[in-house]
Amino acid sequence: METTQADTLPLDTLSAEPEVKRRPYLTIRPSRGWIGLDLREIWQFRDLLESLALRDLKLRYKQTILGVLWVVLVPLMAAGVFSFVFGTVAKLPSGKVPYLVFSFAGLLGWSYFAGVLTKISGCLLGNSNLISKVFFPRLILPLATIGSNLVDFLVSAVVMTVLLVIYHVVPSPAVLLLPVWMAILTAIALGLGLSTAALAVSYRDIPYIIPVFTQILLYASPVAYSVSAVPERLRWVYSLNPLTPPLEAMRASLLGTALPATQSLLLSAGLALCILLTGLFSFKRMESKFADVI
Amino acid sequence: MGANDIAISIRGLSKAYVITHQQEKHSTLAETLLHKLKNPAATFGGSKETFWALKDISFDVNRGDVVGVVGRNGAGKSTLLKILSRITEPTLGEIDLYGRVGSLLEVGTGFHPELTGRENIYLNGAILGMSKREIARQFDGIVDFAGVEKFLDTPVKRYSSGMYVRLAFAVAAHLNPEILIVDEVLAVGDAEFQKKCLGKMKDVAKGGRTVLFVSHNMAAVQNLCTRGIMLRSGQILVSGDVDEVVSAYLSEGISSMDGRVDLSDHPARAGRSAPWLKSMTFIGDGGRPSSRFASSRPISVVVEVAPPRPIANPRVAIAIEDHLGRRIGTAASYFNIGNSGRYAEPFTAMMTLDKVNLGPGRYLMSVSIAEPGGGLLDSLDSAAFFDVEWDSLYKTGERHDPAYGPVVIHADWEVVPGVTSTALA
Repeated sequence: METTQADTLPLDTLSAEPEVKRRPYLTIRPSRGWIGLDLREIWQFRDLLESLALRDLKLRYKQTILGVLWVVLVPLMAAGVFSFVFGTVAKLPSGKVPYLVFSFAGLLGWSYFAGVLTKISGCLLGNSNLISKVFFPRLILPLATIGSNLVDFLVSAVVMTVLLVIYHVVPSPAVLLLPVWMAILTAIALGLGLSTAALAVSYRDIPYIIPVFTQILLYASPVAYSVSAVPERLRWVYSLNPLTPPLEAMRASLLGTALPATQSLLLSAGLALCILLTGLFSFKRMESKFADVI
Repeated sequence: MGANDIAISIRGLSKAYVITHQQEKHSTLAETLLHKLKNPAATFGGSKETFWALKDISFDVNRGDVVGVVGRNGAGKSTLLKILSRITEPTLGEIDLYGRVGSLLEVGTGFHPELTGRENIYLNGAILGMSKREIARQFDGIVDFAGVEKFLDTPVKRYSSGMYVRLAFAVAAHLNPEILIVDEVLAVGDAEFQKKCLGKMKDVAKGGRTVLFVSHNMAAVQNLCTRGIMLRSGQILVSGDVDEVVSAYLSEGISSMDGRVDLSDHPARAGRSAPWLKSMTFIGDGGRPSSRFASSRPISVVVEVAPPRPIANPRVAIAIEDHLGRRIGTAASYFNIGNSGRYAEPFTAMMTLDKVNLGPGRYLMSVSIAEPGGGLLDSLDSAAFFDVEWDSLYKTGERHDPAYGPVVIHADWEVVPGVTSTALA
């Protein structure tokens, strides 16, 4: 919805009136074309962002017996399965570190990515009662899911640290760039999530596609295995996946091995930006129709 | 009033909904793509029809006004509120709002059953647009208004429905915006709490803030509002003084000049109920249909029912309301007849009162049909009106005064000398 807040004055109120007119606090009118991101409005609703993220967190840990342990156990179990299947059975290389640590380092970034993508793609349908009853910038809902997923990531990061200490693995200084790898992953997850969330409002089969899509993406990305295990002639196809460089970079910096090529990281960052902008665009374009369709 | 006193200015507001016809509606991506493949020429979504929920609405609301928005279901009230509260956007037109808007289209929006009362106050407050600081400042007031001090740290799923509603309204009531938009929230909670809510809304209005109130309860509208707007089919039918608007609403769609009211396509029919009730006829003295009755003479109401499917022991009920829609009394067939039989074909239910027994004025009548054990099959609130003329129901010829109340109580009086004990001896 296009709205003008008091600082942009509607033209008709500038017409020559002897009386000094008050400016409207807000003007509601039909939106036309592409509207810029109203970051100020999102800032005004920052308390809602915080409340919704807190709600997600509280609900996750209420009434579950193991509570926070689940966040630790699920990736640990997945890493255990991967190290058995890919390390013990398929005998894929994991460098100098045990396969468990190797696959956990891959899952750290992946779990965050998959969590954000899944949560965002369902966030509009899951909050349809809010969307049809109150106004707030709709972008708040997907943004709030990032908050709760970041907390999960931090818990997993603590487990990662413990594993590194146990197995005497020394990270490289590039570990300081962890926020950069996370930013690329966030941009891709947010971008894909926003597009699918907007589509899911009109097309109810999207929520069924997402889990299958993420499952395929998991095996198409270097999580359970490393890029070096991919046959040379297939590498170029493999490098088209923008998730590959940040996931590899995250693992490499944690395990102290060589980072992927800088240009592939830059390419991935550029692609991530495109995906994010596409997501934002399709979300904003559909935003005004959510309440009517949902 | 100068331009500086305007709170809301609406110009040429219209809202269109596109209705896609059922047989061609695709709600999954796969269906849409399949359809597109089969009919490459067809546009996405199939044949469409535009429905105008609001058509060229223009009006101004002054600061401090309490405006009642009335109209039958589907008149466009909810659409207007949704646009004003920015949930949906207009198709055409503009609205200038001079102040922060708080809207209550439903109490307890976003309440989560697993969270405690305290957590829900913060969450719900944030959803309604309050900052954390604002909520913290109002916290004690909210808890006090709702009366849930003891249960603050209990998940709201363990609350009684009354407590739940009280807490939800309490948060909303402390929103304190310059413009408050309220939709039917008073329809919930017990009588005492409704009174409290009405009182709170009156305070809001007294504080110089602007209130837009949508309700089907005409007594509440008249009690609370100074001005009114009546919508019908997306357009403003009447706007102005609240009394004028309320009486226009109450006489809408009901022409009972000859005493017979066709109910088959009546605007008062509730929601999605099927048209079981066909007609209602008032019959007066001498067995002729009429819409005017003398207070001391008999009245009969004949209800014709066309059952879409066979029904056993139908329960037909009739309720009388005063001119503001406040219920005076109800008479239902099953109060008198236990088994009324089984009907597959149209049938008739007739109620007779020996005497009208009401003070002079206009009265409304609601009618409904239900199944034993089942729910309401069809119901029309305030579907017809009739007028009562005073013909001296009192032996002395004393006139009736509205202050006596609408119902005439039959009483025998004796006045004798002495005190009670000797008088009764």
